[in-house]
Amino acid sequence: MSEEQKHPEQNERVGVYICHCGTNIANVVDVEDVAEWAGKQPNVEIAREYKFMCSSLGQDLIEEDIREKGLTRVVVSSCSPHMHEKTFRTACERGGLNPFLFEMANIREHDSWITNDKVAATQKAKALTNAAIERVVHHQPLEQLPVEINPNTLVVGGGIAGITAALELANGGHHVYLVEREPSIGGHMAQLDKTFPTLDCSACILTPKMVDAGQHPNITLLTWSEVEKVDGYIGNFTVSVRKKARYINEDHCTGCGICIEKCPFKVIDDVFEVGMGERKVVYRPFPQAVPKFPVIDKENCVYFQRGKCKACQIFCPTEPNSIDFEQEDEILSISVGNIILATGFQLFDTAKIPQYGYGRLPNVFTSLEFERMVNASGPTDGKIVLRDKQTEPKTVAIIHCVGSRDENYHKYCSKICCMYSLKFAHLVHERIPDADVYNCYIDMRTPGKGYEEFYHRLLEEGTHFIRGKVAEVTNAARIPEEKGKLIVQVEDTLIGRQRRIPVDMVLLSPAMEAQPDSKEISQLFKMGCDFDGFFTERHPKLDPVATMTEGIFIAGACQGPKDVPDSVAQGAAASARVAGLINIGTVMMEPVRASINQDDCSGCRICNNMCPYNAIIFHEDRHVSEVITALCQGCGTCVAACPSGIISGAHFTNIQLLSQIEGILWDVRPAKEKVPA
Amino acid sequence: MKKFAYFPGCSLEKLAQSYNNSSVETTRLLGVELQELEDWNCCGATTYFHVDQLLAYTLVARNLAMAEKEGLDLVAPCSACYKNAYFTNKYIKEDPDLAEHINYALEEDDLQFNGTINVHHVIEIFVNEIGVEKIKSKITNPLEGLRVAPYYGCQIVRPKHNGTDAENPHFFEELVSAMGADTVDYPERLRCCGASLIMTSRHAALNMVRTLLQSAVDCETNVIATACPLCQVNLECYQPQVNEEFGTNFNMPVLYFTQLLGLAMGLPPKKVGIGSELVSAAPIFDKYLKRTVR
Amino acid sequence: MSEQFEPVIVGFLCNWCSYRAADLAGTARIHYAPNMRPIRVMCSGRIDPQFVLKALREGADGVMIAGCHPGECHYVSGNIKALRRFILLKAMLRQFGVEEARVQLVWASASEGIILAAKVNKMTEEIRALGPLNWQETVLGGNNGYKVAQAALVPEEV
Ligand SMILES: Cc1cc2nc3c(=O)[nH]c(=O)nc-3n(C[C@H](O)[C@H](O)[C@H](O)COP(=O)(O)OP(=O)(O)OC[C@H]3O[C@@H](n4cnc5c(N)ncnc54)[C@H](O)[C@@H]3O)c2cc1C
Ligand code: SF4
Ligand code: SF4
Ligand code: SF4
Ligand code: SF4
Ligand code: FES
Repeated sequence: MSEEQKHPEQNERVGVYICHCGTNIANVVDVEDVAEWAGKQPNVEIAREYKFMCSSLGQDLIEEDIREKGLTRVVVSSCSPHMHEKTFRTACERGGLNPFLFEMANIREHDSWITNDKVAATQKAKALTNAAIERVVHHQPLEQLPVEINPNTLVVGGGIAGITAALELANGGHHVYLVEREPSIGGHMAQLDKTFPTLDCSACILTPKMVDAGQHPNITLLTWSEVEKVDGYIGNFTVSVRKKARYINEDHCTGCGICIEKCPFKVIDDVFEVGMGERKVVYRPFPQAVPKFPVIDKENCVYFQRGKCKACQIFCPTEPNSIDFEQEDEILSISVGNIILATGFQLFDTAKIPQYGYGRLPNVFTSLEFERMVNASGPTDGKIVLRDKQTEPKTVAIIHCVGSRDENYHKYCSKICCMYSLKFAHLVHERIPDADVYNCYIDMRTPGKGYEEFYHRLLEEGTHFIRGKVAEVTNAARIPEEKGKLIVQVEDTLIGRQRRIPVDMVLLSPAMEAQPDSKEISQLFKMGCDFDGFFTERHPKLDPVATMTEGIFIAGACQGPKDVPDSVAQGAAASARVAGLINIGTVMMEPVRASINQDDCSGCRICNNMCPYNAIIFHEDRHVSEVITALCQGCGTCVAACPSGIISGAHFTNIQLLSQIEGILWDVRPAKEKVPA
Repeated sequence: MKKFAYFPGCSLEKLAQSYNNSSVETTRLLGVELQELEDWNCCGATTYFHVDQLLAYTLVARNLAMAEKEGLDLVAPCSACYKNAYFTNKYIKEDPDLAEHINYALEEDDLQFNGTINVHHVIEIFVNEIGVEKIKSKITNPLEGLRVAPYYGCQIVRPKHNGTDAENPHFFEELVSAMGADTVDYPERLRCCGASLIMTSRHAALNMVRTLLQSAVDCETNVIATACPLCQVNLECYQPQVNEEFGTNFNMPVLYFTQLLGLAMGLPPKKVGIGSELVSAAPIFDKYLKRTVR
Repeated sequence: MSEQFEPVIVGFLCNWCSYRAADLAGTARIHYAPNMRPIRVMCSGRIDPQFVLKALREGADGVMIAGCHPGECHYVSGNIKALRRFILLKAMLRQFGVEEARVQLVWASASEGIILAAKVNKMTEEIRALGPLNWQETVLGGNNGYKVAQAALVPEEV
């Protein structure tokens, strides 16, 4: 069917609404002028400007005008369609207009926010508005396509955010695939000792959740696994997961740990113990790991490298033997309806600030190293000691904001470092009562329930608080008292002096930053991340766990620096969103699909191999091509390719786009009779 | 032979002749010619920029223009001259208005500066142009066992570098090890010597010198290597005053890195200006350089 | 303020990467030349060369085509098709005497707001230096060339 009208009725009744967005738009664009001007354009029945079009009053305006003024088309010039297209379409629908007879012009993100030049911005706003007006008269009523939602969900990342999301869904009766790339779930929280502000032991609150997730009948746990490919769209994603070879047969292994005990080789554990401790070549990152199955580290395994050893296999007591040196990576294909990303964060590399001496001065530690050190099951059995593993420090300096709030590294505040730095101070006081602790901070940021109170507790415990950014940590002593110490050079801004504080140990509190592969991950899942690499939420305030891509949600520190309570809240929120979709069972999809007017198709077959989804088939008998609507994703590549111009891309037809081009150039078009499109 | 326009600067005329001679001699042996600018003028040092910026830039630009006329990049051995030349070059390239003002003045001298050349510190010639490997191959008298503290001072790294390169540079250390000496892990290597303070806040400046010397002593340094005449003067000539002011007892030789390099390359001590220092370097050479020093 | 020439550039931005890059540039309040007027298409593969010609003929001084980076197209490979069409289109524009800088293809992912803004700035500068396109004169050489341009408008498959 050819829905492309070559000569549309040019007597549509268009309503145009210019939004102020408070002052966001109105401060730069002369909205009154744009509205007045728009009112004079052909086909425009009414043009208004209004403070907040997306508010219920703004939407009412549209609804009323449709009813009372008999509008047949609607244009709103406001923010990005990615923000509010849905809102206004729904308003049209309530007013009794097909939602696709609406068009949006983006005069905020693309105009008022990118310039201070009021004249240019107003001119551009007119161009974008006019483009929408000229386009919308060619719009056709369309019906959304219902798509069934596969009730299974994929959760990527098994930190506290991912575990929470998976458990919430699983407890609600929905199946979840939880993919974690390390051998165990748990994330950073598993590495921590105590958690602020209540100081409950991290393992005590996390382990039960990990066990629940590991045993839940509705959760398929895929650890030591990574997502390689994602196809499809909301409701129907097909995901390929690489399950890396553990060299342990999970069907037989009882997790007894004898192989670990018997393996004669140790390596430094750079991941879980952040270089502070060792692990065997066949290992579990930590004793409470979930799942309980160990992993053989192929790179360091003597059997794999030199062909000899197999001690683990010899001692493995199961029948049949659980050690399987022949195991290979498996690629699993799973089908899910929604995806929650909870891939967490990494810590800023403190070696990038050489003046703080990390890596050069042995007794400078990172926060995670300290967490492992104070952890009773960590490499020093919970003792706070210097790098020599025996000397107890008597003076400790804790440097806040290492790499955060710093123009040279990350401008943002990492949010949690003040709190965990206070926690560190407390732990030092607790374990070494006569120690002096100096916290050097820029500003003390403790927003959270019970957080400020925790700060006051530390003030009473006698921590020395120095407000100033540390310039340098050095071992260059100037006076006898500084000999053999680390000297922290800092401007104490509250007393207005430079200070040199000799200490035994320095703890750096580095910025939380996005995972190094966050950009690739965002591309893999076809959603966005910001300049810092954190995943971009649909709306920073009102929709923090959804993304611009339908069916993909985010939770936890992958979205921005966050503590455990916030990560948990987001994990639960994301799962609630997914559960909602599963309960409805279907979503409506944009009807942006291609269709071929088979009467005019010349059978050239050029479109056939244009389509990335093989949605176009060729009827040999009739010598014509046809688009299978269910497979078409609406990219429009075939539309642009058809030499006869008879493929139509719904909602992005040639006439719609050509009219939009004419409209956008209203002020520069040559003054001659209109060239027929 | 690769050629550079050489701007020795006022200090090297008299006070730091040894730096001048040793720079020219060592570079020549390594296949680089430093061709002295014919009619160079003072760069304004640390003070003139605070008196009249435009004139100060013009002063420097004159030297740059003469180098450009020869089609050569400019090399300065003094860190302050280098910094002035580096920034003047940079700002003229970035700011057409400044360039116009300066060129207006240079016209008087039939000169013009178009910003087509680059500016280097002499140590960069060794590190980047010649390269540590080539230097190693020319060492005949390795300074074995001599503990040399590479003192960068505050001005060599800053103009060009930032971040890790500025906070944690390595090139001076590499140069020192190329001479066969033991590189001291010298914690104060980037700290200012107080050169521009000595006139205005003598006590503060002497305190800074003391800090640097003390740290060198603590690291069991035999000799401090510098790459700047201002640093050299501050660290060496003020030792008696520091000793008087703080009751210390410093007697630390401070040599230009080019002097040490010359010795390592087998040049006679006299040729690289050994013997004119205030804190005699003789004792250390007696110990470590038996072959070259009588 | 001096009266400098302000070129009008039509931007065809794909919905998934470059349109979002432009959204991000705005959200991050990155200021750049307001000369580019964006038109959203689902994918750069939807951009028919005739759209570009249409824009130039209707008074634009330049056209920016923006899509996802190769390998990152939301629809797998639409941008590769856009690239192929672009190469042929360029050859054609060259014959028309339209300068290379007037029609540019750029890649910008959803997180590259800064990059997109910089590219718009650069393109604006380049076209400002070239001056107005003036299709009527440049390409048609007055009015009689109208048919030439019409012929060129037959969509071509690549
Ligand atoms: C030193 C330190 C002390 C802290 N102390 C406290 C405290 O006392 N109280 C508190 O509330 N908070 C504290 N925090 C913050 C807390 O660690 C975080 O809020 C929390 O870990 C965030 O959880 P998450 O699940 O979002 O991310 P993570 O814990 O980082 O978990 C992410 C998981 O995803 C996995 N993953 C990543 N990418 C992929 C991928 N592509 N495929 C599969 N899996 C992937 C990772 O392996 C990891 O298991 C502290 C943080 C630090 C650094
Ligand atoms: S968010 Fe968009 S619709 Fe809402 S007030 Fe602002 S511009 Fe208008
Ligand atoms: S010894 Fe065998 S059963 Fe026990 S943990 Fe190792 S592989 Fe599993
Ligand atoms: S075969 Fe490898 S994993 Fe097994 S015991 Fe030997 S070294 Fe350890
Ligand atoms: S619009 Fe895209 S997905 Fe749909 S049939 Fe055409 S090429 Fe295929
Ligand atoms: S969706 Fe961006 S180029 Fe295809």
